[in-house]
Amino acid sequence: MASRARPLGLAAPALAVLLLALVLAPLAMVGWRGAGLSLGPADWAAVRFSVTQAILSALFSTLLAIPVARALARRHFPGRGVLITLMGAPFLLPAVVAVLGLLAIFGRSGLLNSALDAIGLPTLSIYGLHGVVLAHVFLNLPLAVRMILQGWQAIPAERIRLARSLGFGPAETFRHLERPMLREVLPGVALVILVICLTSFAVVITLGGGPKATTIELAIYQAVRFEFDLGRAAGLAAVQVGVCALAALATWVVTRPTGFGAGLDRRLELDAPRGWRRWGDGMALTAVTLFLTLPLLAVAARGLPGLFDLPASVLPAAGRSILVALVSTALTTAIALTLALASAVRTRPLIEAAASLPLATSGLVLGTGLFLIVQPVAPPMTLALPVTILVNCALTLPYLYRILLPETRALHADFGRLADSLSLTGWPRLRWLILPRLARPLGFGAGVAAALSMGDLGVIALFAGENQATLPLVVAQLTGAYRMEAAAAAALILVTLSFALFWACDAGGRRAAA
Amino acid sequence: MLQLDHLTLVEGSFRLQAHWSCDRGSRIAIMGPSGAGKSTLLSAIAGFFAPSEGRILWEGQDLGPIAPGDRPITILFQDQNLFPHLTVAQNLGLGLRPDLRLSPAELVRIDEALSRVGLASLGGRRPAQLSGGQASRAALARALLRARPILLLDEPFAALGPALRQEMLGLVREVADETGATVLMVTHDPADARALGGHLAFVADGTVAPPQPTEALLRDPPPALRAYLGEE
Amino acid sequence: MQKQLLAAGLLFNALPALAETPVLTVLTYDSFTSEWGPGPAIEKAFEASCACDLQFIPSGDGAALLARVQLEGAASDADIVLGLDTSLTSAAAATQLFAPHGKNPTVNLPVEFTDPLFLPFDWGWFAFVFDKTKTAEAPKSFESLAASDLKIVIQDPRSSTPGLGLLLWVKAAYGDRAPEIWTALADNIVTVTPGWSEAYGLFLEGEADMVLSYTTSPAYHLIAESDDTKSAAIFDEGHYMQIEVAGKLAATDQPELADKFLDFMLTEAFQSVIPQTNWMYPAVTPAVGLPEGFDTFKPAKSLLLGPEDALATRHAALGEWQAALAR
Repeated sequence: MASRARPLGLAAPALAVLLLALVLAPLAMVGWRGAGLSLGPADWAAVRFSVTQAILSALFSTLLAIPVARALARRHFPGRGVLITLMGAPFLLPAVVAVLGLLAIFGRSGLLNSALDAIGLPTLSIYGLHGVVLAHVFLNLPLAVRMILQGWQAIPAERIRLARSLGFGPAETFRHLERPMLREVLPGVALVILVICLTSFAVVITLGGGPKATTIELAIYQAVRFEFDLGRAAGLAAVQVGVCALAALATWVVTRPTGFGAGLDRRLELDAPRGWRRWGDGMALTAVTLFLTLPLLAVAARGLPGLFDLPASVLPAAGRSILVALVSTALTTAIALTLALASAVRTRPLIEAAASLPLATSGLVLGTGLFLIVQPVAPPMTLALPVTILVNCALTLPYLYRILLPETRALHADFGRLADSLSLTGWPRLRWLILPRLARPLGFGAGVAAALSMGDLGVIALFAGENQATLPLVVAQLTGAYRMEAAAAAALILVTLSFALFWACDAGGRRAAA
Repeated sequence: MLQLDHLTLVEGSFRLQAHWSCDRGSRIAIMGPSGAGKSTLLSAIAGFFAPSEGRILWEGQDLGPIAPGDRPITILFQDQNLFPHLTVAQNLGLGLRPDLRLSPAELVRIDEALSRVGLASLGGRRPAQLSGGQASRAALARALLRARPILLLDEPFAALGPALRQEMLGLVREVADETGATVLMVTHDPADARALGGHLAFVADGTVAPPQPTEALLRDPPPALRAYLGEE
Repeated sequence: MQKQLLAAGLLFNALPALAETPVLTVLTYDSFTSEWGPGPAIEKAFEASCACDLQFIPSGDGAALLARVQLEGAASDADIVLGLDTSLTSAAAATQLFAPHGKNPTVNLPVEFTDPLFLPFDWGWFAFVFDKTKTAEAPKSFESLAASDLKIVIQDPRSSTPGLGLLLWVKAAYGDRAPEIWTALADNIVTVTPGWSEAYGLFLEGEADMVLSYTTSPAYHLIAESDDTKSAAIFDEGHYMQIEVAGKLAATDQPELADKFLDFMLTEAFQSVIPQTNWMYPAVTPAVGLPEGFDTFKPAKSLLLGPEDALATRHAALGEWQAALAR
């Protein structure tokens, strides 16, 4: 057994160690400069609030995604493909843009409250824990839907045929096919969302409504920027990593593989039940479409007026962002695939940790630590873009890894022996087995990575020199100088470009798989 | 010569032992109750299951350190013998060159192999467009192309009807004759064992008994085999 | 992949300027260096006279700037740090990374301000900005604001300099009564944002009646957008000031050039750029005077805690703020 796939066997742990070093070394560096880790009672309150809102956000996003994914899996209607693609959009919005989009609908003077007011009903306030959760559901539900939908599509036709032949109704189908699939897929989905929300910063403060809504990340900001208390910053970042590690551990414990086995790629969809379930699916789809598109339309409407009056720096910044996104994505995809293939045979704690921890790290601590590491070696601004690419790579890898892992596991279980018996190793295995079989998740994952790298402010703020700004930084600069209209337009360009990159990868993957 | 040298396979509380050898070109049917370890034995020979003790040798060479694909072996599984995303011709091509950079001569060989198993003109199809029998033929065609000295069959025809199964066994014999392969075939049906000809190794109580001539063994089975065959 | 990374590095990293021209490196906040900020015009004007290359390194906002100075320590490539404000200068002085400027220029500030390490280049008053067409009558004090139904959006003092400014404003105006004021204000606060731009964005979107900003904010709308609907509420208890300063790093390898820049900073060429790019009051009023709208909202009383007071007050004030708003 040990004799197989030896080069991969070494590459994966090496990459995992490098990744862990990339995440933990800056943290250690910050802690070392700050001489120890120290936390006060206010910090623990921040930890509590962060964890509470993250758990709620993950729970709601994941649970609400189930009926939507199921409706998409078993219904056919015009615009289905568009809706599935659209699911990529909210996730890619920069937090501040998303918040403004949501406020246009749910805010004090938003669409919903204007309507309520017009018919004489009391208005609703979005500010508070429920607003934070609402925004996180808006941002992450689509990701959850896409990941769960992939689970549905992965149920082999042979199993569905068996279910039909046994005369399964919707309830039995759920028990014997859908529930085991969800059992395998949901924990990973919830984990990713939990950790994303754990480190969420701008959304939580802006919609949180007051100092009660304090997150770990805000406390880190305060520690680094106003107090220059690096020890406290490192302590908080370590707690964040610790919470993430606990969540990851819980995920391993509850995840169960389906053991469905392989199929012959015959296309067979689940039965689309009639009656009230038809209405149920219809309502789930309508609700989610409205919930997702209205704020997106608001973002577009805000951005359009300023589109023809943009400062000249937007164009080169956009070019830089695209370059960063493409290079980051190529790198991340290669690394994530290597790690996910290595983990397919059996769970490997080192790889799991390396592929999950980056999500939980504080961007500010990562940037600060890298700055401390890089500075004695070279002027940080000469390394702005390489460092940004590296950090993007680390931060987007967990998404790709989670998306790929169930697929590489299935691939190994279904075709690992056949491929081995045919000496299908190295490049031919990649070319003739892995890439064609994983084209769909690879395309989706690469799309997510590309769009995230595009939109992420990352560490460029600390490293960027003159004329090195990326598009998100330009957006931030514009909003910082009263130019809200130009900022909205630049943000619209950012979102459009991110979405275009996402769409190109996603559709490319689907086409290659077809 | 294939040698199972004090071979012990352990999986949890399950133990299987074998210590025998057979000549090149042998045809050996492997029979035994469900869960007796027939597939495990084939997995071990093919390189998917590491023995706890003992060795597996081919022509005196220990197969232990050799990767499955590099062993002198072709194996046909119970199912999943073809990659569903590749055409039938590509699936066959993998047997010649895993990188599928096939020369014109190799493409001709693939066509010949397909004709040989009665699948001429179906090379462009995907496995999902084949019937069960056709899929088995395609897998056999690849075995023909690979022409490895050992052919392991793990009940690949179990899902086929009796007539089709006989046809496939005929094809297996032809392939084996052409390639001079040593055949080890797991089966439940004494008729299959007879059709294969040669020897029969019975697996029961944690031991793979040394192969005996099939006809003689079935005519006068020991008690365990008798019980398995349902004869009193 | 390595090739690509290398290419990316070569393409986008400004190579160090040729050795003959001395380089003066100024660490400042992002919006100062942007295309629409004061940076480009100032760079052009200074380079016309200095026979040098002036390079701005953008680094977040004022608070991020100080963190960066501390991170880099004596190893910094920067010669000048431009853009700290008076709530940060005490902490900045404590790093011992700055050198005395040894100058005593005449500046037009509403309060006395002298500092051995830092020279002011612009300043402003914090104020609540509102829309005249939506809010007919503006409050005249924190107390009348608290008593009204007006909704405000403010910045978090833990992540933003205006947020910190507001904290010090209430403390400077009300002293021990500050917690009481915050408790009374709690129901007026729609939300607290991480920075100025989020708060201002929410205000423009109509999420709040008023936003914490500067008395010069309405002038931006008037001049840049020909929009005269924005106004600043003038409070009787006075307005807290933000004075933005620059200082020379002790470890600079261009001390003469740095001194030259600090002198230049208070000349017409620098100061006349400030009002309509940074939207703050220039430290030295230019000969041409101030643009339209800069004289409209002038508080009668200016408040400012000394650097040491500001630093000492911050912790207690932050605690009071958190306790009052946690409800």
